[in-house]
Amino acid sequence: MQRLHAMICTCTNCISNGALKIKNALEAEIVKQSLENDVLVVQTGASGLCVKGPILIVQPDGIFYQYIQEKDIPNLVQEHFLKGRPVKELMYVPEGKDIPIPKISDIPFFKDQRLIALRNRGIIDPESIDEYIANDGYKALAKVLTGMSPEDVIKEITDAGLRGRGGAGFPTGKKWDICRSQVLEKRKQSKNLRCYVICNADEGDPGAFMDRSIVEADPHSIIEGMCIGGYAMGATDGYIYLRIEYPLAIARMKTAIKLAKEYGLLGENIFGSDFSFDIEIFEGAGAFVCGEETSLIHSLEGIVPEPTQKPPFPAQSGLWGAPTNINNVETWANVPMIISWGAKWFSQIGTETSRGTKVFSLAGNVNNAGLVEVPMGITLREIVYDIGAGIPNNKKLKAVQTGGPSGGFIPARLLHLPVDYERLKEVGAIMGSGGMVVMDEDTCIVDIAKFFLTFTSDESCGKCSTCREGSITLIEILDKISNGEGEESDLDYLEELCIAIKDASMCGLGQTLPNPVLSTLRHFRDEFLDHIKHKKCPAGVCKPLVRYYINADKCTGCTLCGRECPADAISGMVKKPHEIDLNKCTKCGICVKVCKIGAAYSK
Amino acid sequence: MPKLKPEDLDRIAAKMKKTINLREGESRARVIVHMGTCGIAAGARTVMTALMEEIEKRDLKDVILTLSSCAGFCSREPMVTVEMKNEPPVKYVDLTPDKAKEILEKHVIGGNIVKEYALAVGSERVL
Repeated sequence: MQRLHAMICTCTNCISNGALKIKNALEAEIVKQSLENDVLVVQTGASGLCVKGPILIVQPDGIFYQYIQEKDIPNLVQEHFLKGRPVKELMYVPEGKDIPIPKISDIPFFKDQRLIALRNRGIIDPESIDEYIANDGYKALAKVLTGMSPEDVIKEITDAGLRGRGGAGFPTGKKWDICRSQVLEKRKQSKNLRCYVICNADEGDPGAFMDRSIVEADPHSIIEGMCIGGYAMGATDGYIYLRIEYPLAIARMKTAIKLAKEYGLLGENIFGSDFSFDIEIFEGAGAFVCGEETSLIHSLEGIVPEPTQKPPFPAQSGLWGAPTNINNVETWANVPMIISWGAKWFSQIGTETSRGTKVFSLAGNVNNAGLVEVPMGITLREIVYDIGAGIPNNKKLKAVQTGGPSGGFIPARLLHLPVDYERLKEVGAIMGSGGMVVMDEDTCIVDIAKFFLTFTSDESCGKCSTCREGSITLIEILDKISNGEGEESDLDYLEELCIAIKDASMCGLGQTLPNPVLSTLRHFRDEFLDHIKHKKCPAGVCKPLVRYYINADKCTGCTLCGRECPADAISGMVKKPHEIDLNKCTKCGICVKVCKIGAAYSK
Repeated sequence: MPKLKPEDLDRIAAKMKKTINLREGESRARVIVHMGTCGIAAGARTVMTALMEEIEKRDLKDVILTLSSCAGFCSREPMVTVEMKNEPPVKYVDLTPDKAKEILEKHVIGGNIVKEYALAVGSERVL
C-alpha cells in the first residue's frame, strides 16, 4: 500500500500537452529513487483547469501542480516525494499575485465549484471499476434493483426536478414516464417488444468538451445511470452514441463496459434480479446534426442522418420503430446521485425551475479556461471573475456566449444574471449543453456571429431549404456588413429571415441557427450600426473597415515600423514623423504591434 | 469472475477504502515522517518503511502516512509528527523503526502519547 498517490491528469487536453510522456518519466524517476513501494502513479480524467495542463495532483496533501514538463520530474520526485518539500515553482499562482497556492482545495477555481456529475474527476482512475465502486459506485443501481419499482425510480427523478442537460432542458422524469407508458401499452400487443435507451455523446459545439470529459473521467457513472434508466423504462438495450473524434473517450468507455460485464453489472440478471440490460458503443462520424434525436436514431439505424418530423416522438417510435429514450451524457451521470442521495437533496440545489448543477466548458478570453461544475442560479459574474479569474491582459469583457452555435450572446451589463434555463432564455441565450465562451473588447460581434453561422451552415444536413439556403443568405448579409457595404434596411431583413428560418425548419439545428444573429441584434445593435452607418469596426477586426495611421505628434521617427512593414507602405526620414500610404497598406497590423510608443494606431 | 451481488459492493468498497481516504485526505490520524536531508541521513527512510509495513500489516484504513521536510531540529532526527483528529500534534524525536512501530501501536491505535520519545505537544506558530 503506497503512502502517496501522484494523480496525473490524462484527459485529451493534457495528453496533447505531453501527459503520457510525463507519466512515463514520473514512473522511471520513482523507480530510480526506489520509491515504487511508496508512490502510486494514477491516471485520472480532467481536473478541470485544463488551460494550466499538464496537471499533477499529489495526495493525501492535495498539492496542485500545473504546466508540468518532463524536465521538472526528477527534481519534483526528489524534493516532494522523497524529501517532503513541495515544489513552489510548479504551483498555481493567482492572476496578478506572486505567492503560489499549494493546495487544490484553496484555489478559487476549485473551491467555488460543486461537483455532482463530475464527482469522481481527478479522484479515481477511470479504468478501474473498483475505484468507482469504492466511491459508492453502482450502489444506486443495487438500491434500485433490490427495493424500488420502476414507478418509484421515475417519481424520484421527477421529484428531483432533473432537466435534460443536452440543451432544451426537458424534464427527465417526464420523458422517462412517457417512454415507460408507451412500452407498457405496446407490450400488451407484443410481449417481447424491445425498448432502447441511448446516451447522446455526440458533442459537437465548437469549444465544448463537457461530455467528453465526463466519459473520460468517469465512464461508469454513465453506465450506471443508463442501467437505472433502462430499468425504469423497461428497456432491453442501451447505446452510447459517441463521436469518433473522441478516441480516448471511446477507449475508456469500452474498458468500462468490459469491466462492468465481467462483474455482471451489465448482461443477464443484474445483481441476481430479473433485469437484463446491455450497452453497446456506436461510433458516430461526427456530424453536428446527429446531436438531434431523430437524426441520431437514423444514424444508428445505418441510414442517412437527416431529422424527421416529430411526432412521432422517439418514445413512441424510435430506434427501429421501438420506444426509445435519449438523454445526454451529463443527464445520465446525474441519475445515480439522485437515486443515492434522494430527490429532496438534489432539488435543494439550484433555483426554483432549474435544479442541481450544470457543467460548463469555460473557454475564450478568460484566465482559467477549463471545465467547471456550478450550482444553477450562480451569476455569470461569479463564473467569469471568481472561478474564471477574469479576462487576460486587463481587457474589458464584452459578452458571454452560451449554448454554442444555437445559443446567444449575453452582454457584459447583464453579468448579474443568475444562470438557469429560464433566465438565459429571457435574454435570448440558451443553456445548451454547456459551452460558455467569454469574449473581450477585441471581439467583433458581426464577425463572431458570422463564425457561428458558418459552422451551422456547414453542418446543415440540407433537408430544409430555410436552413440550407437561409444560413447562406444570412452569412452573405453579414459579409456585406463587415465589408462596409451594409445598409440600415439589412438589419430588418436579417431579423425577418431569422424568424422565417426558425419557423420553417424542422429540427433543432435550423430552428436555433439564427440565435447568434438575433441575440447580437438585440444586445449589440449599435455595433451593427457602427459598421453600417459609420463604416467602422470598433474592435478592429473587420479588415475592410480598419484604417491604420501614425500619430505625427507621438512618432519619434525610429524607423522600426517602416522596416517591419511587409508592404513597404510606411515612409519617413529618421527622427521625422512617419506616414502610412493607405493605398499600399494591407492592414496586417504589424506597425501597431512593433511601435514601442503607441504612435501607430488603427481606427 | 462471478457476478456481483449487492453486498459485494461493500466488500469491494471496504477493500478500496484506504485508497479513497488517501485521495480525499480524510483520516482519523496523520503520521508525518520528516524527510529532510538530515532526516534521511539519520535513517528516516527506514522509519517510513517500517511504518508503511506496520500500517499494511495491521490493515489500518483510517491512518494517512505522509511526509514533510526538515522540522528544524536536525540533531534529533529521525522525527515523526502524529496528528490525531481534533488533537494537537505531537512531535517524536530520535526514532528507530522499532520505536516508530511502538508509537503507532500506543499512540495512533491506543490513543496514548508515548512520553519517553516525545519532544513536545504542539507545533510552531506559522505567520
